[in-house]
Amino acid sequence: MGGGPAKLRPVQPIISISKLSKTYATGQQALKNVDLEIRRGEIFGLLGPNGAGKTTLIGVVCGIVTPSAGTVTVAGHDILRDWRAARTMIGLVPQELTNNAFDSVWGTVRFSRGLFGKPPDAARLRRVLEDLSLWERRDSRVMTLSGGMKRRMLIAKALAHDPQILFLDEPTAGVDVELRQGMWQAVRRLRDAGATIILTTHYIEEAELMADRIGVINHGEIVVVDDKAALMRRLGRKQLTLELQAPLEAVPAALAARGLALAAGGRELVYTYDAQAEASGIADLLGELEQVGIGFRDLRTTQSSLEDIFVDLVRERR
Amino acid sequence: MNLHAIRAIYLYEMARTGRTLLQSIVAPVVTTSLYFIVFGAAIGTRIAEIEGVAYGAFIVPGLVMLMLLTQSVSNASFGIFMPRFTGTFYEILSAPVSALEIVIGYVGAATTKSVVLGLVILATASLFVPLRIAHPAWMLGFLLLTAVTFSLLGFIIGVWAEGFEQLQFVPLLIITPLTFLGGTFYSIDVLPPAWQTVTLFNPVVYLVSGFRWSFYEIADVRVGVSLAMTAAFLAACLAAVWWIFKTGYRLKA
Repeated sequence: MGGGPAKLRPVQPIISISKLSKTYATGQQALKNVDLEIRRGEIFGLLGPNGAGKTTLIGVVCGIVTPSAGTVTVAGHDILRDWRAARTMIGLVPQELTNNAFDSVWGTVRFSRGLFGKPPDAARLRRVLEDLSLWERRDSRVMTLSGGMKRRMLIAKALAHDPQILFLDEPTAGVDVELRQGMWQAVRRLRDAGATIILTTHYIEEAELMADRIGVINHGEIVVVDDKAALMRRLGRKQLTLELQAPLEAVPAALAARGLALAAGGRELVYTYDAQAEASGIADLLGELEQVGIGFRDLRTTQSSLEDIFVDLVRERR
Repeated sequence: MNLHAIRAIYLYEMARTGRTLLQSIVAPVVTTSLYFIVFGAAIGTRIAEIEGVAYGAFIVPGLVMLMLLTQSVSNASFGIFMPRFTGTFYEILSAPVSALEIVIGYVGAATTKSVVLGLVILATASLFVPLRIAHPAWMLGFLLLTAVTFSLLGFIIGVWAEGFEQLQFVPLLIITPLTFLGGTFYSIDVLPPAWQTVTLFNPVVYLVSGFRWSFYEIADVRVGVSLAMTAAFLAACLAAVWWIFKTGYRLKA
């Protein structure tokens, strides 16, 4: 079982997206020249604000949206020329809780399997439903399910044909915390079983927790793609906050070059530094503070979260 | 060919029929029975025979056509409209199914349903009026051809419709009037000559006439013309469906 992080796996793209653009009939340019590779067996987190192009990108790969330009291959199969082979490999869990209200859970999952060209396999579908805690509700009409169950039913539909690649478009939107954790476990199990998972999300913590690699998309462009850890190292900043003994009106001129900022009405001095740099400069700073006679009661350091990084990235491009 | 997908769509649509048995089979049968009681038994006995056929029996082919057309259109249009309306159509678009397979699944199910319904109505009719079928094979042929053609038309309407009103519009305001004016209840010979000419622009005339010929060997237009017109309409529907999938019209962004 290969449950380790993506960097321990051979780096082999299962999805290659090249120079992909999409302009809708309305003139809205949803994707601009997107290049992206998804590696086999990874969990890839695609982050972006509303309207960034996440759903369009997924739509193109899955065959729902016609690309305006560019190519996409899935395990070497071009999605336009060799669409049958490409689509057979993919399962999609859409963002909207769409459903055929009058179907039974079992009926709708069986339909999905057939639609993707697989022969009926009751034992397999039973396992899928059991894994998602839906087996007991197999005869229920879809409209009687709770929101969380409907979401899991959509996952079950997407998994019904044993796809090697699973797209989860905002899978935990509107799902309570407990259920969300259950879903994360289910996603990890899938990855451990060899599936490649592409996850879009609003919840940064979700990407932080789940993803091996992260891509950020904004205004239809991929802003950054990197290993999660590397991304956080590269773009993350650390801050040292000093609680001063006496409030300051302004940062002393002698320390101006340090890029310090005052906070909490002059009672705190904030020093931002690059966590990756050879020397953080903290020792020098503390020495200089002593020289100019600024005393502090306490100090703390904080590290920027993926959320901070994300907000910075998205803001920069605005 | 993704046979599993065709089967899945077909069975899914047939299951939908099963769930709505009252609406899809029982209601048309009851409606048709009412026609037979009123026009066949009650009023029909006072109406003269038409070319040697009792009036009650004369209207049977027309009534079967009336139900066949409206039910084919509404079944097939509903079948494709609902997944578009609820948003579940994403799954079909993302699945490894071709346009042809989608159409075979949806239109095949709607056609099956219509043919079964047509036969059920015929069986019902035989309880009220003496029925004679001169050319059973031709009768089935016309039944099948008409069911396929109008299920295709329904499919097109289901793709085109943007709401329930548009979905109802064609069956109620186009198909039904055309059927009533298409010789269901009369031979077009009884119309003044000018109106006979106008009537020939109504495609339903050819369907009813050909179908009636397979029963009683009486027809308003030659049976070959009926067949050709039906085939032409089928070809037009196929072309429209082909265009829909080629352009992704209302299905794909």
